[in-house]
Amino acid sequence: MTSEFRIVEEPKQPLAMNAKKFAMWLFLVSVGMLFAAFSSAYIVRQAEGNWVDFSLPSLFYYTTAIIVLSGISMQWAYFAAKKDEFGKVKTLVGITAVLGIAFLVGQVIGWRQLTESSIYLVGNPSGSFVYILTGLHGAHLIGGIVFLIIVLISAFQMKIHSKNLLQIELCVTYWHFLGGLWIYLFVFLILNR
Amino acid sequence: MAATVTHSPAEVHVHDEHGHDEHAHGNFWTTYIFSEDHKVIAKQFLITGMIWALIGGILSVLFRLQLGFPEANLSWLKPLLGGWLTAEGKIDPEFYLALVTMHGTIMVFFVLTAGLSGTFSNFLIPLQVGARDMASGFMNMLSYWFFFLSSVVMLTSLFISTGPAAGGWTIYPPLSALPQAISGSGLGMTLWLVSMALFIVSSLLGSINYITTVINLRTKGMTFTKLPLTIWAFFFTAIIGILAFPVLFGAALLLIFDRSFGTSFYLSDIYIGGEALPNQGGSPILFQHLFWFLGHPEVYIVLLPALGLSSEIIATNSRKPIFGYKAMVGSMMFIAILSFVVWAHHMFVTGMNPFLGSIFTLLTLIIAVPSAVKIFNYVTTLWKGNLIFTPAMLFSIGLVSFFLTGGITGLFLGNSAVDIQLHDTYFVVAHFHLVMGSASFFGMMAGVYHWFPKMFGRMMDNRLGYIHFWLTFIGVYLVFFPMHYIGIAGFPRRYYTWTTFETFSGFADLNMLVSIAAIITLSAQFIFIFNFVYAIFRGKKAPANPWNSNTLEWTTPRLPGHGNWPGEIPTVYRWPYDYSKPGAKDDFIPQNVPYSETPESNFPFENEQIKLELGNNGAIVVENKKH
Repeated sequence: MTSEFRIVEEPKQPLAMNAKKFAMWLFLVSVGMLFAAFSSAYIVRQAEGNWVDFSLPSLFYYTTAIIVLSGISMQWAYFAAKKDEFGKVKTLVGITAVLGIAFLVGQVIGWRQLTESSIYLVGNPSGSFVYILTGLHGAHLIGGIVFLIIVLISAFQMKIHSKNLLQIELCVTYWHFLGGLWIYLFVFLILNR
Repeated sequence: MAATVTHSPAEVHVHDEHGHDEHAHGNFWTTYIFSEDHKVIAKQFLITGMIWALIGGILSVLFRLQLGFPEANLSWLKPLLGGWLTAEGKIDPEFYLALVTMHGTIMVFFVLTAGLSGTFSNFLIPLQVGARDMASGFMNMLSYWFFFLSSVVMLTSLFISTGPAAGGWTIYPPLSALPQAISGSGLGMTLWLVSMALFIVSSLLGSINYITTVINLRTKGMTFTKLPLTIWAFFFTAIIGILAFPVLFGAALLLIFDRSFGTSFYLSDIYIGGEALPNQGGSPILFQHLFWFLGHPEVYIVLLPALGLSSEIIATNSRKPIFGYKAMVGSMMFIAILSFVVWAHHMFVTGMNPFLGSIFTLLTLIIAVPSAVKIFNYVTTLWKGNLIFTPAMLFSIGLVSFFLTGGITGLFLGNSAVDIQLHDTYFVVAHFHLVMGSASFFGMMAGVYHWFPKMFGRMMDNRLGYIHFWLTFIGVYLVFFPMHYIGIAGFPRRYYTWTTFETFSGFADLNMLVSIAAIITLSAQFIFIFNFVYAIFRGKKAPANPWNSNTLEWTTPRLPGHGNWPGEIPTVYRWPYDYSKPGAKDDFIPQNVPYSETPESNFPFENEQIKLELGNNGAIVVENKKH
């Protein structure tokens, strides 16, 4: 048997990151575009005049604080998962989910405050936009809470540890995105009264 | 002892076949219906798209009958149209508007977005970048089934008693927002919006998958500069989709709120029958801004995949490297970027600030530059090539022709001053049907003819392909070329009839010609459908690489199984366009052939690359090849 040695250049594996994480980022881009569309629609519509002014519900300040806290607890849960502190992960993911629900309840009470100052969904677009923006953000947040519950279940099944961080990483990314999105929306609404 | 650990290559092969069989013959439902295999999903998209194309085409012939033969008695269509015919045997005027609307919606979204991008992105991305499947097979399956659901809803809307949506495919409010305005704005419009929401979900799931796969699942050596142009095109298409479709979703959502919950985003100061509506403070122009922010990029979502497919087909069948690979990629990127900053050229006559109009004119006309680069590169690729006129090649050349003739009229329409005369006339209809409709349709046909052997393992009949091409090519020009004249003469689009206006009756014969050509063009598509279906079952068996092409999909077996390659995924060493390389044995060198195997045809810098590898100990692989 003759054998011939041949020299072949070795091609490298091209640059790549985890496909699921990448897909998550693309999903966030498309959600971002949805809100970018509403923001620009808001500005364009406002520039045309016939715009009713009103003050945002004071409760939105509290819900902002709640979502910031939930972001901290979520990040903390991630650090705990990295260090294999199972008990802490369960508690902190649980706290984040509870804070998320509290945020949603707060938003709904905020809507009630709006109706008390006679700003309804139906009426001048300035009010309708507030309902649409907060409602759509809330809808995405419900998705986030479902995700948190899934993470919580896998935490109870001991599936989240320093060797298996993908799921909680995705959840942290999405949760921080929702927090950041709310802060953006809130600041946007305050600045564009 | 040794025998138990050594596999002969034949044994390994048999083993692989067996493994693949287990996947393929799992169960009818998991193999053909809820499949997660990208090739099956691609075929599902293709066949659904073809059914939609047929429906869309039949709708167009129905309204062409009205336009070409306004006096004709159509009562022979009673079995098909039923109550939509008036007592005199003519198409109901409101149903005419529904026909136009549904033709546009079906062709733009269901055929040329889902049918084109869905089919070929799914089929070619994993095969050409060298991946076993898409990044997420499950998401890919969901993408198809959302599209299917959306199709079912849209199809249902065709059969409801108030008729499908009738406000035009652009569904401008207030016409689309008020059920009192037109019967199609009732349930038909609601179904339209539901269907489009599902469609957007499907499209986003698909796009996310395409981008992730292109970036993360390329095989060894497949750098960005070695990607075939098809992949670049699908990649840019998916990026545009991710950025543009959420905006359409936003626009549709606000419209849903206006229609069903009484908000006034798009409605203000409307009187119906002397009564004022309660809606105050909305702006219909806002909808146009949001809609066209998707709507214009959508044009390129439709067109770019077709351009990518034809680049590949033209290079292969010219037996020449594509001219200006980097310019092709660059121009596609430039087109993709520009597509987001030109939307207001659809709105020149909405009372826009003339200064803003001139900015959008400038930005719009700049698109001519990358487009011209692409046409130049197509022509220079063809120039002095050893042209092989397969049906796919003819359809690709047809695409270049339509892209040019349709693109030139874009220069007129993109000009805010000239647009005042031409806006909403048949000139616009001619323009976009050539540059976007026909060009993309031809790209899709080219793709089907070219990749059919890889999809179904059999060859389509060439002679029927030629008949199909020539009838369609001539038919399309006969349909759309006269429309330029009709449009310059001032005929507005979407009008039911002009016979009541003395000025316009002079063009009746031209309209008749257009209608006859449309009927012939539609009939020609049945040749294709026959060819397609016949070839799936009875076609000549195809070799693994029938067109002597370079890209990775042709290194798979005749019918690639689940996982695409039976053994290891091939490694990529060169770009995909090494056709007719001077000194080479064959006139093509596939991407998986290393430079060290082709010393006779390497350029000095390519030899240099091998030497560089030699100098660097870490990067050398010594392959032990037995004889």
